[in-house]
Amino acid sequence: MIDQTTLWIVIVGLGIGSYALRFTFLGIVGDRPMPPWLLRHLRYTAVAILPALVAPQVVWPAATGGEADLPRMSAAAVTLVVGLITKNVLAAIMSGAGTLFGLLWLVAL
Amino acid sequence: MPSTTSKTRTTAGAYWKGAADGAPFILVVVPFAMLFGVLATESGLNVLETLAFSAVVFAGAAQFTALQLMQEHAPTAVVLASALAVNLRVAMYSASLTPWIGAAPLWQRAIAAYFTVDQSYACSVAQFEKEPQMSVPQRMAYFSGVLTPIVPLWYISTVIGALVGTQIPEAWALDFALPITFLALVAPMLRTAAHVIAALVGITVSLLTATVPYSLGLIIAGTLGMMAGAQAEVWLARRRLAHD
Repeated sequence: MIDQTTLWIVIVGLGIGSYALRFTFLGIVGDRPMPPWLLRHLRYTAVAILPALVAPQVVWPAATGGEADLPRMSAAAVTLVVGLITKNVLAAIMSGAGTLFGLLWLVAL
Repeated sequence: MPSTTSKTRTTAGAYWKGAADGAPFILVVVPFAMLFGVLATESGLNVLETLAFSAVVFAGAAQFTALQLMQEHAPTAVVLASALAVNLRVAMYSASLTPWIGAAPLWQRAIAAYFTVDQSYACSVAQFEKEPQMSVPQRMAYFSGVLTPIVPLWYISTVIGALVGTQIPEAWALDFALPITFLALVAPMLRTAAHVIAALVGITVSLLTATVPYSLGLIIAGTLGMMAGAQAEVWLARRRLAHD
């Protein structure tokens, strides 16, 4: 059981803390000019952090208890390649999902 | 999704484009929120507390971390510090969105800050880079559009998970909806060698630092990936100059 006081301290504290993380730049910096070196780094935030976020889930999926899984790895590869070639997000999602379910079904046979 | 690179949009058009682009994330958000509802009630939270947690904090992975640590009776300061560390990436998202929507009115930015999460960030930055001619109001409209299909479902699914206590069957493999949707968004963004280098460094460092606690490996990976991309951009520009 979680103590009521602790729970509410955590809810409120985490609410304020994670809001502060998100507000600092967007709210305080706003449209003040940023130095070119910083802007140059920020151009690569998405392509650096989003693949980094999913990489461990592709290689060691929680659903398989961390065992490398051929359907999931293949689905990730197909998504990436279709996305690179077509530049079409929906086409990439569909091909990735198709690969995943197709291979999961084959493996289960 | 037709290619609309040079089309000028209306604000309403941008909103609906956002809503369409956000829709696939329903598959990510629903199972995630339901799971949080289930785990929170299993650890003794009532429905109201569970919903308040999801609504006030609004940060999936950080909520799971906090819940887990509270169950283990970790000191409150440790719970807060760990969950915030897990959520540190949103500060990078906020910084990365600032050049695009920093000129919006403060009240809009204050609201956008609350809604800056993986999904809204990933969709928005992909769209803003694809159509840099979008105006600031159109960008804000797009951002709100992305949130429209996912945010209500985040709250509703939390409550359903808390009330019903059942999870979506593992056989549906929805655990993999997140990697697929995010990779699909990122792939078209890999426009230059510098972008590819940033992604490769991010992936490699993330895998090497997977055992670093509190998702801090991700922050290291993201930072090094950004630095690699920025450095590659400088080198590539210099090489181009030398060739000319």
